[in-house]
This record gives sequence, structure tokens and C-alpha cells, in this order.
Amino acid sequence: MDIDSTEPKLRVEGLTFGYGAKVVQHDVSFTVSGQSIFAIMGGSGCGKSTLMKALIGLLRPSAGTIHVGDIDYWAATEERRTEIGRRFGVVFQSGAIWSSMTAEENVALPLRMFTSLDDASIRALAQLKLSLVGLDTATSVMPAALSGGMRKRVGIARALSLDPDILFLDEPSAGLDPISARRLDDLILELRDGFGMTVVMVSHELPSLMSICDDGIFLDADSGTAIAHGAPKVLRDSCKHPTVHAFMTRQRPPDEQVQPAEGSHGAG
Amino acid sequence: MTAEPLTGRGWTARIDAVSLIIHLTGDWIARLDTGAELGAVDRIVEAIRSDGATIKTIAFDTTALKQWDSAILVFVLALRQAFKGEGQTLDEAGLPPAARRLLALTGEPVSADPIVVRANLLARVGRPLIRLWASGLDVMTLVGETVLRSGAALRGKVRMRGADLLSCMYDAGIGALPIVTIVNVLVGGILAFVGAVQLRKFGADIYIANLVGIAMVREMAALMTAIVMSGRTGGAYAAHIATMQGNEEIDALRAIGVPVYDYLILPRVIALTCMMPLLFLYGSAVGIFGGFTVAVSMLNISPEAFLEQTRASVAGSQILFGLVKSIAFGTLIAIAGCRAGLNAGRSAADVGRAATTAVVIGIVGVIALDAIFAVCANTLDF
Repeated sequence: MDIDSTEPKLRVEGLTFGYGAKVVQHDVSFTVSGQSIFAIMGGSGCGKSTLMKALIGLLRPSAGTIHVGDIDYWAATEERRTEIGRRFGVVFQSGAIWSSMTAEENVALPLRMFTSLDDASIRALAQLKLSLVGLDTATSVMPAALSGGMRKRVGIARALSLDPDILFLDEPSAGLDPISARRLDDLILELRDGFGMTVVMVSHELPSLMSICDDGIFLDADSGTAIAHGAPKVLRDSCKHPTVHAFMTRQRPPDEQVQPAEGSHGAG
Repeated sequence: MTAEPLTGRGWTARIDAVSLIIHLTGDWIARLDTGAELGAVDRIVEAIRSDGATIKTIAFDTTALKQWDSAILVFVLALRQAFKGEGQTLDEAGLPPAARRLLALTGEPVSADPIVVRANLLARVGRPLIRLWASGLDVMTLVGETVLRSGAALRGKVRMRGADLLSCMYDAGIGALPIVTIVNVLVGGILAFVGAVQLRKFGADIYIANLVGIAMVREMAALMTAIVMSGRTGGAYAAHIATMQGNEEIDALRAIGVPVYDYLILPRVIALTCMMPLLFLYGSAVGIFGGFTVAVSMLNISPEAFLEQTRASVAGSQILFGLVKSIAFGTLIAIAGCRAGLNAGRSAADVGRAATTAVVIGIVGVIALDAIFAVCANTLDF
């Protein structure tokens, strides 16, 4: 664990990205400081997951830079990028557990591929990661027999297998019941504190955002860029932008307010 | 008390009155394989056992510890496991606070061995037999359903989308023409070559036309087209339906009450059953063309003589025989493909397995069915 790790982990400047000629977001800039939990917020379809793809190296941005530590990520050679990428842990939205392997094999695969550890150590590490996410009894279970929440946990255990510097999570609590979602939030906090990781999460689950995120960015689909920066709590309490305010307080945007009609049946 | 120092990579242990203090030093990074070596825990256990009963607690000193990650957690968990039920207690207060938080998450180590129930001989023999019987019944049901629903379809009482049927027909018909052409032209040409070598010995070169014509129409066109279609279309049906299964698309159809059979399977079975005889006729023609090309260009047979000989030898009844076979093959391949897809599991590997099953059953089934046809034709003197 690094002691001096609160300095910026990720520095994004003027990032423009999209698919082909279609620009999803332009001119996005932000800094993620070490050991923080950083939220990428915004409505459905605004490009949150696409931004994450650019951050983890799956999608080359069309303009702008991403600095990981001191290194300009997309200017680096492919080998260097792979090396940096190994220090990332990524949890995909659906878990993306490899269906032909048991939970333990899923977690062990990165260790087998990228370390020279012996089999016993790899198994011990894989078991450890599974027990950290509360799945010590499910090691030899095939993914098909796991519930959605458990798959997500296996996904987190797999992302943790190489003790990453930065953990990326795409919608970690989507599709979970409130109690499981709360437990997952606690787990993310514990893991961040324990391992001293930096966490970047894509989310639009308000309770998660409020309870665990230290900082964040709000992407807007209409203007195609970031319209607010700051911790979700701060944005909720003091951001004046109508879209952000509506999002954070779970209201309709001002231009879609339904006027209560007289004699209506309580709808709206 | 032993005088020799107990030490290993990244740690030294010191005995202080009734406690063993493990000093952790340097970096403990799992992926770099630093920290305690394999077997360190065993040595510590050994040392304590050999010491008799004086040591009561095991503690940690991490003042000289630099960077650490999971390596420490694995080490501590192994110690916990080793001293569970022994007389000593593990005092984890000396560990870094962050490590203790993580250890708190892991809880008690639980054995994760799956429960294996050993089956006796009767069960081991009986289960596959029951499964075989069940899958036999399954096939029967599918065939029966095909007959019933096709009847309903003829009376226009089936909830099937016309667009689906057309796209299946396009895919199983025009879409398959290139590969059917290549395979049948080559088979026709090969037959001509093989025949020429033998027939020339008797000066019966002209009978190459009979050989190619009868073989293509009676056997090869139907068989080769069926094998190609089994790999191409049967496999595709299985993969498509199996993927839908994995995405819960089939559950969604069932949930809103769409009859899966009518909606998914019937269009495919009808499409392939209708297209196979057409492909067979086309395959026969291009196969004979392949034989014709080889015979005329390489074996010095005049085009007129070849065509005349073909016309005289290939009777209508042989074409009919081929047609009937190709219809049966088409139905078989489509049902095998759809069944493999419907019975598939829900993972990515299951999609591959379903496609393999569809192709294997399709090809083996087609050849077996062809053999049955041959025996029947022989008995009936057809």
C-alpha cells in the first residue's frame, strides 16, 4: 500500500469521445485523486459507460488526454498501456463472469496469466478475494448457478485479484435490492479503505452516490459535456443547474413539469 | 526453547516469554511474490508444537513493514486456519488497521468443498437410460407437434410472422446457393473422374453420363446438400435459439403467451422443408453440369452424346426418389437444430454445445435416414 497515494491518480483533459463520427461527449475534464471514490453521474444514455471504456483503454478518444499517474495513457505504446491496464480492476455492469469457469477459476485467471506464483498461492489468493466479497462458500460453483448479486460480487473479486490501484465499477448496484446494494456500498468503502485503492464508479443510483462518493462529474446528454463537478452531496445541496438539480432530487426537469389539472385523479 | 532463529522471506519470529512475535519486514506484494514463502506457516506451527505448551499467543510486529497488499491477508488467514482449535490465540492487534478491516470482511474461513453424492451402479446405468428415453420422447413430441402445427398452418391458424418465414426461406434458399453450387459441381466432377478410370478399361466411357446422372439424382445431390445445410443452417438455428434462451428471450415469449413452437420453430421447419427439394433439384443440375464439364473437356466425350445419354438414363422416378429424400432431410435437419437450441443451457459455452449437437445429429441422422431409404427402395424394387 502506498503511503503517499492521495495525489492525482487520473487526470482527464479536454476528452472527446464517441463511436465513429458520432460524438457522445466532448471536452470533458476532471481529476481523480488517490484513494477517493469518484462518481461518473448522468442520465441514461449520456455516455457514462463510454467514458469508462475510454478510461480503461477499450475505446480510443478522438481528442484530449488521459494521464494515469504521470503517463499520458493513449500516447503510450500498446505494451505500456497493457502494463498500466493490469493495475486497473474493472467490474462490468452484468458482472461479465466467464461462464465456462467456476467462481474461483474466474478470480484465479488474472493471477495465472500475469504472475509467476505457484498454484497453492494463487488458490489462496483467489479464496481470499472471494471471502472478502462474502462468497467463501461459492468457490467451486459455476456462474450459471449464481444469482445476479453474487455474480457481481464474483466480478468484484476478479477485479481485485491483482490488487489494483484503481477499481472501475460500472453500475455496481444496478439490479440489486436495497439491502444488497447497501451492503455492496459498504463493501466498496471497506475495500477502498483496506487496500487504499482509488475507485471510479459509473452510477445513477442516488443512495449509493450520496453515501460513498467523495467527488464526481455530471455528464449531460443534451449539451454533450460535463455540466457539474463535485461530490454528489454537494451537487444535491448547492448545484443550481436545473438538470443536475432535478437528477439529484429525483424530480422531473423544469420543462417537463406536469401542471396539476383540476379534477384529475391524483395523477402527476 | 530452541536457540536457532525462526526466520523466512519477509519475516522473523521471536519468542518473548509466553508469546511468539512475528516481525513482518519489507514489501509484501502478492503479484510480485514477495512476503512469506510457501510453507512459512507450517514452519511456525512446527516451532510452536516442538516448544511444548509455553507459547500462548502469537502476535505481529509491523514496524518494519513497507508496502503490503493481499499477501499479508493470505498469510494471516493461513495462520488462523492453522491455529484453529489449538491452545494458542492469534493476536492481530499489531497488524496495520487497514489490514484488520479487510480481515474482518473475510470472517471465519469456511470449507467450500461441494457435497458429492456417490451414485450406486443401478443409478449410474439407469440415469442415462432414462435420459435417453426422455430425449426419445422429446423428439417424438417435436415431430408430432410439427405435423399438428403444420396442419394448423395450412388452415391459417398459426401465430407465425410472415416476415420470419420469408427471411428463414431466403436464408435457407438463396443464401445457401453458392455453397450448394460449389459442393455439387465438385462432387459431379469427381464422380466423372472416378467413373472414367474404371469404365475406360471396358471402352464404356459414355456410361460416365449414366453414372453421374443417376448418382447425383438418386443419392449425392440430396445427401451432399443435406450435409451442407446441416452444417450451415441447422447449426445456425441451434445457435440462434440457444442464444435467445440465454438472453431470456424465450422466457419473454412464453411469459406473454406466444406459442414458442409456432413462433420460432415452425417457420424454420417449414422454410427448410420447402427449400431442400428446390436445392436438391438445383444441386442435381449443377452436379450433372460438373460431370459434363469434366467428361467433355478432359475425357473426349462429345457434349451431345453426354446429354443424350443422361436424358435416357435418368428416369422421373429417380428424381422423385431424390425429392422425397430431400424433403425428409430438410425436416430432420430443422427439427434437430431447433431441438438442440431449445434444450441448450444458458451460458456461452452452451451455445457452442448446442450448435455442435445440431450439426452432429443432423449429419448422422441424414446419413442414417439415407440408409433406411436405400434399404426400402431395394425391397420395393424402386
